[in-house]
Amino acid sequence: MLPGIFPFGIITGVAMVASGIEPLAAMLMSLAVFAGASMVASAQLLASGSPALLVILATLFINLRFMMYSASLRQHFARAPLRMRLLVAYLTADNAYGLLLGREGDESSKLGYFLGAGTFIWSAWQIAVAAGILIGAGLPASWRLEFAAPLAFIAMSVPLLRDRAMVGAAIAAGIVVIAAQGLPLRLGLVAAALTGIAVGLLLERKRA
Amino acid sequence: MSIWLVLAAMAVVTYFLRASFLLLPPEVETPPLLKRALRYVPAAVLTAIWVPEVFAPGDERLLAGVVAMAAAWRWRGTFATIAAGLLALHLFEWLT
Repeated sequence: MLPGIFPFGIITGVAMVASGIEPLAAMLMSLAVFAGASMVASAQLLASGSPALLVILATLFINLRFMMYSASLRQHFARAPLRMRLLVAYLTADNAYGLLLGREGDESSKLGYFLGAGTFIWSAWQIAVAAGILIGAGLPASWRLEFAAPLAFIAMSVPLLRDRAMVGAAIAAGIVVIAAQGLPLRLGLVAAALTGIAVGLLLERKRA
Repeated sequence: MSIWLVLAAMAVVTYFLRASFLLLPPEVETPPLLKRALRYVPAAVLTAIWVPEVFAPGDERLLAGVVAMAAAWRWRGTFATIAAGLLALHLFEWLT
């Protein structure tokens, strides 16, 4: 798991400062938001002078998957004390969620496992982002490291395309986002997300 | 709006999404359609983020994107994908 966190954290830090956001703001974003994909995307939007509301809306859509995780984690931790659930929520990340899925055991051993793994992943992630911010601030623009951001999203999305419905959701979202590029405020992202979800549901129903 | 307010709003929105279902009382059921719909969020949203950055006909970014997609499918790792994509970007830029 760690070999994935460090490079992605470093790349996130590099990509954020490469797109033009202040190093201090980038680090604070990492601590407060703790969600790599939305951090890279909003750093790009902020640096290109997009309206604040759009940055927040993009964050909402990119991080909607955490709502999915939260619905799934609830099946394990619904009966845990509130402060534990609040902590679980803060530590929820793609890797921590993925680790828990492969874990057997009762609710309290799973909770301990999730909190332990989550804290570890959180710490490794913050160190990696800080390193990336420090490195990124000193790298020449001719290396075109800002392109690492879309590449990181390719790395996250392509392995998800394991069945027909997922492929359909991704292709539909890709087509709509290109077709809707003329829309103001990058609302194409919202339209693409909704279309992709609808297409995924339709294809799933046909198969069943 | 200052960047600090945007950061605070991003943090609140993201935390709310993470906490959402965990805050419901145990006896409340998650609506099945919502659960199924949420399954497609990552594939749809993540794809919609990178496609406009890569889809530039005749540009080396498109070719680099194709190489990165192949690398992501083959190795399923962030680092391999980014390394392959950046190398391809510079290679195609140098060739054209």
